Amino acid sequence: MAKKPAEKPAVDLNFIDEVIRQTPGDSRLKNCIQCGTCSASCPYGIEMDYSPRRLFAMTRAGMKEQVLTSNTPWFCVSCYYCMARCPQKVKITDIMYTLKRMATKAGTNRTSELEGAPEFSETFTDFVESYGRNFELGLAIHFLLRYHPLVAMKLSTSLGVNLLKKGRMALKPDRIKGIKQLRAILEKAKELGGNQ
Amino acid sequence: MKYRYFPGCSMEHNAITYHESLSAVVKKLGIELTEIEDWSCCGAKEFFSLDLLSACSLVGRNLAIASTMGEESHDLVTPCSACYLNLVKTDYYMATSEELNEKVNIALAEGELNYKPGTMKIRHFLDIIVNDVGYDLVEAHVKKPLYSLKVAPYYGCLVSRPGSSESYDDPEHPTSLDKLMRIIGADVVNYPLKTQCCSAHMTQIKEDVGLKMIHLLLQAAEENGADVIVTICPMCQFNLDAYQKSVNKKFGTNFHIPILFFTQLMGLAFDMGEEIGLGRELVDASFSLDKITAEPPEKEKPARAKRTEIPMPLSLGEEE
Repeated sequence: MAKKPAEKPAVDLNFIDEVIRQTPGDSRLKNCIQCGTCSASCPYGIEMDYSPRRLFAMTRAGMKEQVLTSNTPWFCVSCYYCMARCPQKVKITDIMYTLKRMATKAGTNRTSELEGAPEFSETFTDFVESYGRNFELGLAIHFLLRYHPLVAMKLSTSLGVNLLKKGRMALKPDRIKGIKQLRAILEKAKELGGNQ
Repeated sequence: MKYRYFPGCSMEHNAITYHESLSAVVKKLGIELTEIEDWSCCGAKEFFSLDLLSACSLVGRNLAIASTMGEESHDLVTPCSACYLNLVKTDYYMATSEELNEKVNIALAEGELNYKPGTMKIRHFLDIIVNDVGYDLVEAHVKKPLYSLKVAPYYGCLVSRPGSSESYDDPEHPTSLDKLMRIIGADVVNYPLKTQCCSAHMTQIKEDVGLKMIHLLLQAAEENGADVIVTICPMCQFNLDAYQKSVNKKFGTNFHIPILFFTQLMGLAFDMGEEIGLGRELVDASFSLDKITAEPPEKEKPARAKRTEIPMPLSLGEEE
């Protein structure tokens, strides 16, 4: 039997247009000249599996799968240095958010290299959807116990106790009065959002 | 001066000292802040990372409520850099994408609300202090100038670079906070990392990476002789304050640099007491604040390098 040729990763040349379509406003992604100013400006570029410049080259080359499983967008801290410096005024940070959302919708944000970043976002949004406000202690317990138990232990011993002592952490979540209204709004938003 | 006010979740708990000192300072300066009724979280980075329409609807609800609060002022003020970014971003996204604007308003209609992008002008509280109140009025209230206190002004990312709109100051080399600190008597040191990231959520998802950045920020402050770092953002304060101990442990350093909000230092210069929330920082500030002197420090003459003449060819018969 003839050996099967190694499977080439699928190329999706429409990927870049999809990214542009899902980014509000003019993302200017196609204006990228690959100068690398973004990568050099990024405080966490060194921790990413592809630098922002490289990620955009891959996006243009249609390497959808690699782009959407990359940790790059999840390690973006949204500091906007790249956007302030980009000579082509590409909306880099906005595009990173788009890629995170696309990875979430495609379910490709579940690799261990992401250090639980997507789950952190999910835990955070769950609390806000339940109470209307962020609940730090709940977030720390839920997220850290699951993904970074060692950090959770440290928090519960020194840092957490100190914050409580100083009156800087609440034991119970604050709930807004209009939580029903907020939930109705968010439910509708999700219904309308579909794949965007 | 009347404004609508969006405090954000951090102000209620981990940045409670920011809330307290801000409230005391606005009272003194005659600023009237009306809190948006029943506001909700701004979504931080997290909503925008998962679902665009819910993120914009969450923020849109706050903008919509703010826009119904009478005609007096359309300036919406927030002291939190992340809230500032999200409010600015949502307003901008809705203004540039008609489809998004329409859908957000359909969602808001479920809660009997609507928002027309551009209605609110979103501003950070520091912007209000330096541009509306002005340095002169601040100076007029100074009773105990913070003489001799060496302050590193730390702006962080989002007020300097809100992304979707122009900052009122320079995106990489802002000076408004420097000037404000000088006005209240402090000795502002050079702080080259003043607009660098505080490591944001990195401390949660990849602690060692986050600590590396915090180490750099503290090191730069110490190298420049800072007694305190002054911040304008709850997240920056939290990361540098709460993780300073971990940084010392990890890097074998011995940093003891308290992280205070600019409103706390303003309150201190206005001779306010307990109401500015000092003592609730995890890295105790009392040692640094004891350095404040009653008289301005004698100005040291900057040491100047010995002047060396430009080497010139000697003329005939001239001796060196």
